[in-house]
Amino acid sequence: MVFSTYIIYKAILVLAVFAITLLVATYSTYAERKIAAFLQDRIGPDRAGPFGILQPLADAVKMFMKEEMIPSVSNKWLFILGPSLAMLTACLTGVVIPWGKSLFIDGQEFSLQITDLNIGVLYLFSVVSMGVYGIMIGGWASNNKYSLLGGIRASSQMISYEVAMGLSIIALVMTTGTLSMKEIAAQQHGWHWNVLIQPLGCLIFIICAFAETNRAPFDLPECETELVGGYHTEYSSMKLGFFLFAEYINMFISSAVISTFYFGGYNMPFVGRWIHDPNMLAILGVVFLFVKISFFIFFFMWVRWTLPRFRYDQLMNLGWKILIPLSILNIVITGAWMMRGEIIQLFTK
Amino acid sequence: MITQYVFYFLSFLAIMFGLMVVLSKNPIHSVLYLVLTFFAIAGHYVLLNAQFLAAVHIIVYAGAIMVLFLFVIMLLNLNKETEPHKNVWLKLSAAVASGLLLVVLVGSLKNAEMIAATNTFDPNVGLIENLGKTLFKEFLLPFEVASLLLLGAMVGAVLLGKKSIK
Repeated sequence: MVFSTYIIYKAILVLAVFAITLLVATYSTYAERKIAAFLQDRIGPDRAGPFGILQPLADAVKMFMKEEMIPSVSNKWLFILGPSLAMLTACLTGVVIPWGKSLFIDGQEFSLQITDLNIGVLYLFSVVSMGVYGIMIGGWASNNKYSLLGGIRASSQMISYEVAMGLSIIALVMTTGTLSMKEIAAQQHGWHWNVLIQPLGCLIFIICAFAETNRAPFDLPECETELVGGYHTEYSSMKLGFFLFAEYINMFISSAVISTFYFGGYNMPFVGRWIHDPNMLAILGVVFLFVKISFFIFFFMWVRWTLPRFRYDQLMNLGWKILIPLSILNIVITGAWMMRGEIIQLFTK
Repeated sequence: MITQYVFYFLSFLAIMFGLMVVLSKNPIHSVLYLVLTFFAIAGHYVLLNAQFLAAVHIIVYAGAIMVLFLFVIMLLNLNKETEPHKNVWLKLSAAVASGLLLVVLVGSLKNAEMIAATNTFDPNVGLIENLGKTLFKEFLLPFEVASLLLLGAMVGAVLLGKKSIK
């Protein structure tokens, strides 16, 4: 491919992924309110536009128009840095996700993944581990006891669940034999979805994804009954909006990662029997991926409006005493299964 | 050519942020500058085509250890009043000791140019497949011993963290 077309194509792809991420996150706020209303037997937002479809726009305008307050004693730079970092790390993760198979136009291959790092899984993990800084810095710079406690809770929770998450990914890497997201997605062609190979790892990963995104039942950092608003107590206007919005972006990206790791990514069984045009298949793959992502976003909301919040000691017990031993057990079982031939030989000799 | 400029830029960033770690008054700022230093060093790893090391460096140092540092410093709530005041002799002896260290380093690096590299640089050595093979074939024993060491440290930390041992 010519270098200039390559650059232009990648720029367009980056912009498209960024725009879609923001669009999905915006409409997740609307979906969240509608689903909450549905689960609580209410109607939900219905004033702005037909079925309240313009509600996210109205919310955004409200967020921008509100007066912005920076507490006089807080550290101004860090106070601004907090929500910016939260937003930045949330947007960085979409880079390695394979959104679909490659398109072929004029014999040239256009990959629907921004970049295929050979350490894609680790890249994802390092960005996730950076995500905690935004909340911590924001909570500390507010110079408020509630904010500080919220920030510290968030960081300890995220560190605890990162361990189990990493261990569950290790079992996945053992069976797939690669750290590249593209190959992990490609390997799940047909019915070889990783959820069928790694059911326990998948469950642990999903639980940890809930904890990493600070979603209920793990939303202790912003627990209203104990901490007022948690780490964003002192924030107003669009800075508060960034914190809340980053949560929805994280939810979207987590859903995309769960779908790619465990639920086949852009693959859908049986489609290849009827449709043979590779470009059509690639586009359909993107559609299937977004269907799966929508399901997981719905699942995130479903859980939020169904389960009550954990107590803090329950959260730590679940993370350290249940999930980490389980994920280590998962690694051992996976290893034993992969080496079963050698192990059987050892005992039959 | 461009990698050389990137190298100089990253080195500049690493040294500048390293200095800021030492010079900034607020311990929280020091920690944040240290995180930036780690990012600059991870950039150096990427330049050497050691992507795995770069990612692990960020995950372990910037993502886990520094978060714990930040955590502890935030909880301690350090400020001017609680800062320990060091005595002048201590500062003087520190200056002399670090000056001596500088002399030793300069002396040892004086002839560094004359030593030829025994191993030629293989650009693929940092990729994860090669790294894994090297670790598990040539350096299997040190690798496993290091894991035992970490396990021992972990058990020790848990023991120390317990208030009373029954």
